[in-house]
Amino acid sequence: MKSRAEVVIIGGGVIGLSIAYHLGKLGVEDVVVLEKNYIGSGSTFRCASGIRAQFTDEANIKLQKYNIERWKRLSDELEHDINFKQSGYLFLATSEEEVEVFKKNIKLQNRLGVPTRLIGMDEAKEIVPPLNTEPFLAGAWNPEDGKASPFHVVYGFAKKAKEFGVEIYEYTPAVDILVEKGEIKGVKTEKGIIKTGIVVNAANAWAPVVNEMAGLKRDFIPIKPYKHQLVKTEPIAEGQIEPLTCPPAWNDSYVIQDGEDGGVICGTGLEKLTHLDDVQPTYDFMREVLKWATKIIPALKYVHVVRQWAGFYAKTPDSNPAIGKINYIDGFYIAAGFSGHGFMMAPGVGEAIAELIVKGKSKVPLDWDWYDPHRFERGELRSAAFQIG
Amino acid sequence: MSDKKNIIICRCNEVAQEEIEALIDQGVTDIEMIKRLLRIGMGPCQGRTCLPMVISILSRKTGKKPDEIKLPATRIPVRPVPAGVLVGEMESDGNEE
Repeated sequence: MKSRAEVVIIGGGVIGLSIAYHLGKLGVEDVVVLEKNYIGSGSTFRCASGIRAQFTDEANIKLQKYNIERWKRLSDELEHDINFKQSGYLFLATSEEEVEVFKKNIKLQNRLGVPTRLIGMDEAKEIVPPLNTEPFLAGAWNPEDGKASPFHVVYGFAKKAKEFGVEIYEYTPAVDILVEKGEIKGVKTEKGIIKTGIVVNAANAWAPVVNEMAGLKRDFIPIKPYKHQLVKTEPIAEGQIEPLTCPPAWNDSYVIQDGEDGGVICGTGLEKLTHLDDVQPTYDFMREVLKWATKIIPALKYVHVVRQWAGFYAKTPDSNPAIGKINYIDGFYIAAGFSGHGFMMAPGVGEAIAELIVKGKSKVPLDWDWYDPHRFERGELRSAAFQIG
Repeated sequence: MSDKKNIIICRCNEVAQEEIEALIDQGVTDIEMIKRLLRIGMGPCQGRTCLPMVISILSRKTGKKPDEIKLPATRIPVRPVPAGVLVGEMESDGNEE
């Protein structure tokens, strides 16, 4: 293991690896990623794979519009097929009031260049052939949203980062961060100390533990692990439920066909504040999610469920991540608390943090004030980022 | 018997021995990553057929002892069950109530 590095990133999920890749691309030598388990194991490999610009506030829409442009080019950039598909997101309204809310959101999205439109149920049925159209009045449809393979994205970022000289140490937890006179001096691992002047906390649900290692209060950025679960069915014919299809009023339930094997991933808003070791799937979730999924797509009744798993939404009080410099310690940065949106935000966030470290600013349209890690201490909350997949 | 293209290790997702060995040769030696990149053990059999064979290939190619290679997590419902049964609308033989 290296004894010195220019930057040490704690957390080998999609965010940490994207930061490492972008630092390597900018020519930073000696970047180390520390991952306590295997890469992707924390939250990335447990996500539902969706990527969207259909948010309801300016900061997230702008960032995600940019991210979709990045996702389109990412397979070429990484020279690895990450299976990105612009299969769209289809939100479904169950009431006139909701249709009005959709219209308002669409107006904002259109103003910022995201081509979402309100569609009728005939068109929705063409997009998702087995959809139960009867309960719904209209859909908000953005054909540019999509999905990608979390497995191949993590592998692709890691592979390319290594080509740039980044070292990725798996099964190597950080145990302490060395700070002297308000400056980062190094990171202690179970396998030795790595001297460095810059640490990035990319540990998402585990980020408070890492902040504590640096001598900060554990919850000065209040990120809490909420257990979310998914079930997955056997493969069905291609082209049945390609977009993420979600009636938000039905407890944020959604269905989406996996872009690789064609199985249907089913999620719902049933969540539980838990501890960092609890990724145990539960039977109450299985029943709840399938109740909604079979209402959205009745034919799913006849499809076999093959897998269920759990992971964390690393949630902040306003469901927006903490991204930027931590002002108390020179050389300490954070990109964590993604509240279920880390996967879809990873390319742009990695680029922005890498540029911030190297150049002190970034050309990524990321609103640093909006995501300011210190906002919680000041008692500021953003409007809650629109959740789901 | 040496046509590794035709030796299927994962029957659910049709993964051949050759693909697994090629990935190991590229340096991917963690069973968790092999499983995900090739989608082994994630189909209807949930790894019961294939993962022990992947372990033996890994063991042969890397020199690790089979019992040093940890099996990936087993996921419920263990065997495939129709969604209609799980929501209580169908009998377990697949007939509607």
